[in-house]
Amino acid sequence: MNASTLVLVLIAITVASYYGGVMRSQALARPLGGIKHLSALPSYYGFMAVTWAVIPALILLLVWTIYEASVISNMVIALLPSETASLSEGELGLLYSRIANVASGIMQWDTLGEAYRPAVERMIELQTFTARYKPILVISLAVVGALIALKMVSAQWNVRYPVERIFNILLFLCSGIAVLITVGIVFSVVFESLRFFGEISFFDFVFGTQWSPQIAIRADQVGASGAFGVIPLLVGTMLISIIAMFVAVPVGLMSAIYLSEYASVQVRNIVKPLLEILAGIPTIVYGFFAAITVAPAIRAAGEGVGLEVASESALAAGLVMGVMIIPFVSSLSDDVINAVPNSLRDGSYGLGATQSETIRKVIIPAALPGIVGGVLLAVSRAIGETMIVVMAAGSMANLTVNPLEAVTTVTVQIVTLLVGDQEFDNAKTLAAFALGLMLFVITLGLNFIALYVVKKYREQYD
Amino acid sequence: MAGINTMIDEGRTQDDVAPLTAVEMPRQESIDENYETVGSPLLHNPLVKTRNVNVFYAEKQAIFNVNLDIAKNEVIAMIGPSGCGKSTFLRCLNRMNDTIDTCRVQGDIVLEGQDIYDRSVDAVELRARVGIVFQKPNPFPKSVYENVAYGPRIHGLVNRKSDLDDIVEDSLKRAGLWEEVKDELEGSGTGLSGGQQQRLCIARTIAVSPDIILMDEPCSALDPIATAKIEELIAELRENYTIAIVTHNMQQAARVSSRTAYFHLGKLIEVGETEIVFTRPVHPLTEAYITGRFG
Repeated sequence: MNASTLVLVLIAITVASYYGGVMRSQALARPLGGIKHLSALPSYYGFMAVTWAVIPALILLLVWTIYEASVISNMVIALLPSETASLSEGELGLLYSRIANVASGIMQWDTLGEAYRPAVERMIELQTFTARYKPILVISLAVVGALIALKMVSAQWNVRYPVERIFNILLFLCSGIAVLITVGIVFSVVFESLRFFGEISFFDFVFGTQWSPQIAIRADQVGASGAFGVIPLLVGTMLISIIAMFVAVPVGLMSAIYLSEYASVQVRNIVKPLLEILAGIPTIVYGFFAAITVAPAIRAAGEGVGLEVASESALAAGLVMGVMIIPFVSSLSDDVINAVPNSLRDGSYGLGATQSETIRKVIIPAALPGIVGGVLLAVSRAIGETMIVVMAAGSMANLTVNPLEAVTTVTVQIVTLLVGDQEFDNAKTLAAFALGLMLFVITLGLNFIALYVVKKYREQYD
Repeated sequence: MAGINTMIDEGRTQDDVAPLTAVEMPRQESIDENYETVGSPLLHNPLVKTRNVNVFYAEKQAIFNVNLDIAKNEVIAMIGPSGCGKSTFLRCLNRMNDTIDTCRVQGDIVLEGQDIYDRSVDAVELRARVGIVFQKPNPFPKSVYENVAYGPRIHGLVNRKSDLDDIVEDSLKRAGLWEEVKDELEGSGTGLSGGQQQRLCIARTIAVSPDIILMDEPCSALDPIATAKIEELIAELRENYTIAIVTHNMQQAARVSSRTAYFHLGKLIEVGETEIVFTRPVHPLTEAYITGRFG
C-alpha cells in the first residue's frame, strides 16, 4: 500500500468517524427527547471521534516515518562484515547506499561481495516489513481510536471543553509554524552571514565603497582580489526606491483622495479594481516594460536635451517601480481615509469649509498615521524588488546618485552572486547571505517604524 | 420654568396609574398631506422663513410641507419622537443635507430675504452664517487652539496671530470653556471630557461669528452635569445668537427654549410659545407626546 492510498484511507476513516459520532449522539438523544438533552451538540461528538481516530494514527505514522530510515540502517550496518568497521564515515555511507541499491534491485548482486549477503537480505526483509505493517498498524490504530470514541459517546460526556481545547491547540500549532519558519529563515541567513564575516571583515563590508565580488580561483591568480563594500549597492537601492516613492506617493495618495472623497460610487467601482490590477501584474512584466519601453524613451528624451543617458538607468527602473507600487499606496490610503469618521467631515463642513479645505486640513491630518504606515510598507516593497531592477537598471555597481546612470541594488547582486554553478564555501557566494541579512534588517526596521507610527497616532480621533 | 417641569412630571404620574386601555392612541391617518400646523408657525419679520419644505431621501419622503418661521434671537426647540424628521429639518437650514447624495430638498428656505437653496448661494458661506453643533462631540484631532482657530483661518477672518488669539480666547470664554483649558490650549481637543468637547465644538462654531446656531441633540451624549452646563450656555448665547435646538429631552426643551415646534412623522404638528405647548397643547398628538404616552 503506497502513501497516497494510506492518506485516502485515513481521510475516509476521518469522515466516517465524524458521521459516526454525530449519528451515535443523535441516536442517544432521540429517546431522551432531542439533542438539547446532550451535553454538547452532535457535531462536537463528531469532532471528538475524529480526534480520537486521527491524532494517534498520525503520531504513529509520523514517528514511524521519521525513525524508519535510521533504524533500518543501524540494523543493516550491524550485520556488515567486521572489516568494514575501519571504514571512514564517507566510505561507509557509499557502501550503505550500494547495499540499498542492491536491495531495491537497481544494482546487480555481483557489484557486492558475498560477504554482504546477510546485510542485503536483512534490508530487504526490513523494508518488506515496514511496507506491509506500517499502513496496517496506522489504519487499525485509527479504527480502534474511532471505535473507542464512539463507545464513549454518552449524553453525560461533555465534549465541548475538550473540543474547544483541541481547536485552541491546533490554531496555536499553525501560528507556531509561521513563527518557527521565520526564525529558521533568520538563523539560516545569520549563520551563512557569520561564515562570510569570517572571511571579510564586517567594517569592510558595511563601509566599503567598492563592490567587485571576485575571488581567486587559483592561489596564484593575479588581479582577482575581490572587494565587498556594500555602500554602492545601498546607494543604488535608495536611489531607485526614492525615485519610485516620488512617483508612487503623490499619484497613489491623490488617487486615493479622489476615489474616497470625490468619485461617485459608479466611478469608484470601476477605477478601484482597475488600479488594483496594477498590483497583479507580475514584476517581470514591469521589468520588460521598463527595459524596452521606458528606458529607451528616457534615453531618447535625455539625448534630445543634450543629456548623456545610459541605456540602463536608475530613472527607468525607479519610474516603473513607482507605477508598480501605486496600488499599495492608494489602496492603503483609501482604507484609512475611509476610516476617518464622517462626524469630522460634518464638523468641518458645518464651519463653512470647502471640500478641499476639509480634505487638506482635517481628513489628511487625521489619516496621516495610516498613510505613513502604508507608504513605509510600500518602501519595504520597493527595497525588496528585484526583477525590474535586473532588467532596467543593470548590474554595474556604480557609486552615484545620478539617476541617469546605471546602478545596481542589493537584491540584484544577490541574484548575480547565486546564479550559476557555485559552491557555498567562498566569500563570493556567502556575500549573498550577508546582503540578504542586511536587506532583512533594513526592511524589518522600516516595518517596525511603520507599526510604531501607526500605533502611536492611531487613537487620535477615537 | 419650574412650573412646566412639574406639569410634565404630573402628566407622567397620571399616565402611570391610568389603565393601558384608557390611553387612546392617536390615529396616524388623522394627519393627511394637507394637514395644517396648529399654533403659530408664522411670524412677522422672521429671520428665517421656510415654506412648503419637502425633503426626500431617495424615494422616501422625510419631511412633508413644513412651514415655520424663526425669529431673530429666539431659541426654538424642535421635539418629537425618533424618526420624525426634526434633525433632517434642522440640517436643511444650513444645507448640511447637501453632503448626503440621495437627499433632495424642495420648497423655500429664506434667510434674510435670500433663498438659501438658490443656485447663486454658496453653501460654504451659508454655513459660516448658520453654524451647527452635532449630537456627538466631534472635535478635530488637533489642539484646542487649532480647533477654535480652524473656522477663522479658513474664512480669512484675521491677518495677525494676535487677532486670532483674541478670537480663540473670546470664543472659548463665550462657550464657558476658557477657565478649564486656558493653560493647555496646545493639548489635544479629543483629550477633553465629553462635555468639554461639546463646549469646544460650540466655541468652534462661535469663532466664525454665525447669526444662527443649529444644535442637533447637543446633550444626548453627555452626563447630567455637562448637560446643565450646555443649557446654561444656551441661555447666555441667546443674547447674541438665534438658536434652533433639536432635543429628545422634553424638560430640556422646556428649560431652554422660548418657542417649541412638535414634529410627527415628518409633519410639523404644532408650534407655539414653549409654555403654552407644554401646558395647554392644542393638537392631541402633541398632548400625547408631551405627556409621555409615546415617543
